[in-house]
Amino acid sequence: MTFLTYLISGLALGSVYAIIALGYTMVYGIAKMLNFAHGDIIMAGGYVAFFAFTKFGLPPVLSIILSIIFCTILGVVIERLAYKPLRQASSLSVLITAIGVSYFLQNSAQIMFGSDTKIFPALLTEGSLKLFNGQLTISYLTIITIVTCIIIMIGLTMFINKTKIGKAMRACAEDKGAAQLMGINVDTTISITFAIGSGLAAIAAVLLCSTYPSLSPTLGSMPGIKAFTAAVFGGIGSIPGALLGGLLLGVIENLTKAYISTQLSDAIVFAVLIIVLLIKPTGLLGKKENVKV
Amino acid sequence: MLKVNDLVVRYGMIEAIKGISFEVADSQIVTLIGANGAGKTTTMHTISGLLKPYSGSIFLDDKEISKVPPHKIVEMGIAQCPERRRVFASQSVEDNLFLGAYTRKDKTEINKDLENVYALFPRLLERKNQMAGTLSGGEQQMLAMGRALMAKPKIMLLDEPSMGLSPLLVKEIFDIIKDINSQGVTILLVEQNAKMALSIADKAYVIETGKIVMSGTGQELLNSDDIRKAYLGG
Repeated sequence: MTFLTYLISGLALGSVYAIIALGYTMVYGIAKMLNFAHGDIIMAGGYVAFFAFTKFGLPPVLSIILSIIFCTILGVVIERLAYKPLRQASSLSVLITAIGVSYFLQNSAQIMFGSDTKIFPALLTEGSLKLFNGQLTISYLTIITIVTCIIIMIGLTMFINKTKIGKAMRACAEDKGAAQLMGINVDTTISITFAIGSGLAAIAAVLLCSTYPSLSPTLGSMPGIKAFTAAVFGGIGSIPGALLGGLLLGVIENLTKAYISTQLSDAIVFAVLIIVLLIKPTGLLGKKENVKV
Repeated sequence: MLKVNDLVVRYGMIEAIKGISFEVADSQIVTLIGANGAGKTTTMHTISGLLKPYSGSIFLDDKEISKVPPHKIVEMGIAQCPERRRVFASQSVEDNLFLGAYTRKDKTEINKDLENVYALFPRLLERKNQMAGTLSGGEQQMLAMGRALMAKPKIMLLDEPSMGLSPLLVKEIFDIIKDINSQGVTILLVEQNAKMALSIADKAYVIETGKIVMSGTGQELLNSDDIRKAYLGG
């Protein structure tokens, strides 16, 4: 039974990684860049939800919606101001810029909110579900987290595969020049991608801060790196890959903490990543593209 | 329909197009022929707005389009079927065709054009749910042409439609180009296969290292000794 408990909480943690990983993987797939500031958008989303709830007394749902709206706009603004001017620049310049944006956001938060840790309120729910005569306890938060992840995955997959904008996004991911020849506005498509990824980061922020209720300017960096790892693990650019990578990472991390060592858990997680990449350099679900001439 | 005036295109310091001018009249087939690296594809990309000219101008009817972004150019009526097809391999044949109509909103008209494309290319109808990446080279060429047609263009730019295809398929593709033209679509065709291109062209231009060195009707160039020696194999 305890194994099951660890497994389920690992899946919940993995769900959060997966939601964050979607932001990395979609942006990489379409803009071909690694947005290292993505983790700090989570942090921003956490603070917005925190202040909306505690300072302005908004109801939880409104606080979450406000956080989503704020992060969506923040993501689009960052893309327009920092990344769009570098569309023709080398990928190294873009990468360094993204790291710069990351530090900019962290330091701005530090100046505005101080570097002390704030306690994130119980926005979502407390309490838990008891199964098998109380032998298995699953918190409602865990259930909400996993269900949210499932809904997001289904919704996003349908959006990408069924809608006109989604198909245009896939076209841009495959061949930007050809997409432009179809009349697709690539800049708009990239903005939409950043908007979706950043909106999802806000949802991840609320889930993450509810699970680990402490808020600090650097809160986004570690989950950001883990989720980036999950995206690479699953095959960067692939949406099912982000899900698989996130869930596996969460489960491995939690089981390692439970059965091997808390201190070594991150080392083991990254070791698994290295092994997977040695065997399959494109990640678990990453594809090597075949071009037919 | 389309008028290119003294167009210069540079890649950094290298001048790929060194001041070319040509004209495509309404409902004609006009071809640019020339060897690899002559600047044909660069010209096509510049007309479609993927590249910005260093100087010179491009007019569609009476509008200067050299500073218009590519997605707007499609809306204005210029569709391109690019070199090496560039179909969206991971999407179905039908989704590729609908992407061709991305800028349009007239649903019933789009469906009518889809039927027209399927009538021109029955093979695409048979394979409409197949991933585009699994098609043969010839089928991908048909898909790329059908996709460009779905934009309902006034003028269609065709870049090397014969590349990598068997002589039989090349003939089929060129017959379809004539069909498309007879439906009222103006054609600008870029080809290394000079013989085929000249045989269907109303007007032809020969491009060499970024400059137009000769022009005439398709028939005139087919009969020219210089062209025969340089491009038609004696």
